[in-house]
Amino acid sequence: MRTDTADLERPASAPAFQQLGLGRKIKNHTATVLFGLAFLVAVVPLLWVLFTLVQRGLAPMLNADWWNHSFYGLLPNDSGGGIYHALVGTLEQTFVCALIAVPLGVTVGIFLIEYGRNSKLARTTTFMVDILSGLPSIVAGLFIYALWITTFGFDRSGFAVSLSLVLLMLPVVVRVTETMLTIVPDELREASYALGVPKWKTIVKVVLPTSFSGIITGIILGLARVMGETAPLLILVGYSRAINYNLFDGPMASLSLTVYTARKTSTEAGEYRMWGAALTLVLLIMLINLLATLLSKLFAVKTR
Amino acid sequence: MAKRLDINDLNLYYNKFHAVQDVTLQVHARSVTAFIGPSGCGKSTVLRALNRMHEVIPGSRVEGSVLLDGENVYAPGVDPVQVRRTIGMVFQRANPFPTMSIRDNVVAGLKLAGVKDKKRLEEVTERSLRGANLWEEVKDRLNKPGGGLSGGQQQRLCIARAIAVQPDVLLMDEPCSALDPISTLAIEDLIAELKKDYTIVIVTHNMQQAARVSDQTAFFNLPEVGQPGQLVEIGETGKIFSNPSQKATEGYISGRFG
Repeated sequence: MRTDTADLERPASAPAFQQLGLGRKIKNHTATVLFGLAFLVAVVPLLWVLFTLVQRGLAPMLNADWWNHSFYGLLPNDSGGGIYHALVGTLEQTFVCALIAVPLGVTVGIFLIEYGRNSKLARTTTFMVDILSGLPSIVAGLFIYALWITTFGFDRSGFAVSLSLVLLMLPVVVRVTETMLTIVPDELREASYALGVPKWKTIVKVVLPTSFSGIITGIILGLARVMGETAPLLILVGYSRAINYNLFDGPMASLSLTVYTARKTSTEAGEYRMWGAALTLVLLIMLINLLATLLSKLFAVKTR
Repeated sequence: MAKRLDINDLNLYYNKFHAVQDVTLQVHARSVTAFIGPSGCGKSTVLRALNRMHEVIPGSRVEGSVLLDGENVYAPGVDPVQVRRTIGMVFQRANPFPTMSIRDNVVAGLKLAGVKDKKRLEEVTERSLRGANLWEEVKDRLNKPGGGLSGGQQQRLCIARAIAVQPDVLLMDEPCSALDPISTLAIEDLIAELKKDYTIVIVTHNMQQAARVSDQTAFFNLPEVGQPGQLVEIGETGKIFSNPSQKATEGYISGRFG
């Protein structure tokens, strides 16, 4: 057998790269079109919502009165007025909710991961938190109504709303804390123990700072989530067209309640208020999401 | 500084699993003791038991005693946190604290123990980094995060962090297994210097390394799968590598198994 160089240069088999067959081309194009369509079906309604909101809600917002006036004293046909009263209500209610839910939720999360791991109490708690995270908001509202108003005898108020929002936000905070603490490698905890650092200090100074960025993002996203809640508000507080700073006394507006109430005023001015409040709410939530991104970048673990 | 360790009848368990059986050995002050042996023979477990890190793992249990200059670290009433302050540890994978700067990493042990004196922290930073042969490389970027260093530098940073609290004993769990030969050499040189001031116990898979850095060598083995690991023999490194008294040691060292 001859083995000259020419023979060695000859390819051992047919070329590896060939033209695509017709069948493959058709399949490829069908798949591309299908995926494209699916994307459109998903994104069109989203853009549509946003477009409608901006189209109808922008006009009220451009009015300077919108940001520092209430609807107080407006008749159904009166145009003008502002959303200030509702903004105050939403911000106060969610802030107080966060004030209760965040420390409680983070502490529970720390207990579950750092202390209770695999204990019976921890497993039960995780199970309860799972159930709580599926709790319909109207049920949370009913529960606080039964507890706070019927049993304890308090009046309907903004604070009752905050309490019901705590029920909805708590599982989010616990879950986020749990997840973020789980991904902190055990090696860091061991490194800290090996330096003679007690466990609690290891958690506070090493584990929490490492997972801080993730926890804070989760908390803020949870906050944005409860900000738009409406069902418990319908039960727990009366709507007011005037500005009320007091969470513990009297009816109090909020953005979602304003949308709901203004819808019942079937005049042009009513529509104006409704869409204005709706866009304001969406804008507020968007701002908060932006803040979450910013904070998470700020506290992210850096390597340079 | 630099104390001796006497390990007596140490038995270690993970839940029901008996990991290490009846280990008795002495670690001399100001010397390097190497633990060698096949994977799973319990040498890292024994090492972690010396500063009570073993019990960090849920379900673990310790029997026997570890005497630090005659004081039992497992005596009732002894705080494991204090034990770890006196017996430091460097791990297989470099684990600097990702949220801290190089400087804060070095003095983490002191800072977390409540030391606030800026001047003292500054001194300790420089002394420890010099001690770990890292000062020249990082002195201009002490405020940069520790995670930005190379693997070898990170490991030396961890050594600096461990010696910053001035322990009596330094435990090293395969400190070079994730490093390239040059970084390994740097750390081996460092070990040779550190043993002037510290008692060092090092676990290694690299027998040449054990031969190079250690004064005495302990060989651990697994008699059979499923049985607890045992200490086969301990002796002067030169003797273990040239003329071991046990057949198993000779087989392992000459590469016949393991």
